[in-house]
Amino acid sequence: MTVVSRVVITGLGAITPLGHTAPAYWNNLKAGVSGLGPVTLTPANEELTQKVAAEVKGFDPLQHFAERQLSTLDRVSQFAVVAAREAIAQSGLVFDMPLSVRTAAIVGTGVGGQTTHDDSFRRVYLEKRTRVFPLTIPKLMVNAPASQVSMACGLRGPAFAVASACASATHAIGIAFHMVRAGQVECAVTGGAEACITFGTLRGWEAMRVMSPDVCRPFSKDRMGLILGEGAAMMVLEPLERAQARGAQILGEIVGFGMSADAADLTAPDQGGMVRAMRDALADAQLAPADIQYINAHGTGTAANDETETKALHEVFGPHAPRLAISSTKSMVGHALGAAGALEMVATVLAMRDGIVPPTIGYLAPDPACDLDYVPNTARALPIDAALSNSFAFGGLNAVLAVKKFS
Amino acid sequence: MSDVATDVIAIIAKKKRVEKPTVEMTDRLQDLGLESLDAVEMIFDLEEKFDIQIPYNANTNNPRTEFETVGDVVKAVEDLVAQKKS
Repeated sequence: MTVVSRVVITGLGAITPLGHTAPAYWNNLKAGVSGLGPVTLTPANEELTQKVAAEVKGFDPLQHFAERQLSTLDRVSQFAVVAAREAIAQSGLVFDMPLSVRTAAIVGTGVGGQTTHDDSFRRVYLEKRTRVFPLTIPKLMVNAPASQVSMACGLRGPAFAVASACASATHAIGIAFHMVRAGQVECAVTGGAEACITFGTLRGWEAMRVMSPDVCRPFSKDRMGLILGEGAAMMVLEPLERAQARGAQILGEIVGFGMSADAADLTAPDQGGMVRAMRDALADAQLAPADIQYINAHGTGTAANDETETKALHEVFGPHAPRLAISSTKSMVGHALGAAGALEMVATVLAMRDGIVPPTIGYLAPDPACDLDYVPNTARALPIDAALSNSFAFGGLNAVLAVKKFS
Repeated sequence: MSDVATDVIAIIAKKKRVEKPTVEMTDRLQDLGLESLDAVEMIFDLEEKFDIQIPYNANTNNPRTEFETVGDVVKAVEDLVAQKKS
């Protein structure tokens, strides 16, 4: 490895339960708005025990795609492409030759085209049809969002999906960051997408008994679990010199990426794994714990995650832990699984840019097991020089990104 | 022992993680080594077997304490089965 660049973010895009663009999403996050609501997307909503989710509301694919294109695009790929286009437009980059072949498209997704999956299997199992739509397989494959982003945006360099459940997007962004830093690619378009609010998937989540019936209250007393979300967020990464040479607007700098595996329980969170991922990110960033002001927590709102994440934060940050501002934006947009880490990176970068920490809404009262500052219910003005964004997935796969305000 | 008890014990016996030749009504679930996911699987098996709904949220309930013993589980299932019949 000969070239080591500083890596900056020059474009952000997001389609979320709180708005269809990154600025709309960020304005609602700052205002502490809830994106949760009744489940409307499945053909049998009333049969579900789980009545609440964080859906992307009012999304009309025909505003973004020609009708003919839609037969190839599952909802998850539509989200990925819409967010990627927004990020690229903001960056001002044009991916013609030779930049096109030097740009990566790395997109995290937990489960891929679940709507296509659900609709197709309903046809064959329930309706006893003998055939499904011809593009069922390439619509539902887990790499479809990455492929569609590369196709829609003309990105001809390394392109692939990263699947690590709830950490997918964080792993994707982290790998893209390392590739740009090492000079393996010139630029990267990276993030995550998920559209998993389907009947079958919700049934699966119901069966795990970890869902809140109404509100997601991360780190709060009387929290009842997570709420499923959906959406996508994408960003454009490039070397600092390149961004400065072309006079691009620099939104933030990615400085570190850490990952670890628990190699323990399939679903139970593991303090040791979380600690190693956070320390790895800090070491990669050459930051000390006391350099961090803000943590965008994994904060799912389950009893186990929030308590374990709090313990891990104490272990990593020691006496600095009580001085951290920590928030879970999942309280507002639910848990978008493979997209979650990207939605949270956008929130983290914009929090740093504007010096405003988005709140953890739905917070009722302190839980003795969660004894840190979770920025309850109201956003807070706070100058942020450096922050972490945490993602800890089922399967014991942990990923943490470290970002700095660009100066 | 009731039929329900026999079936409940058979389901719990499949989930236990300790070497023990028989499962008794007085055994504590914790002592049988049932972990969090084992408990969720146990509840699923019980619901399927008896066609009942056991209200349970892993964030607020702990079946290893709420149902301390095998006998507690048997009692809860018997009650739900009786409710279904009435």
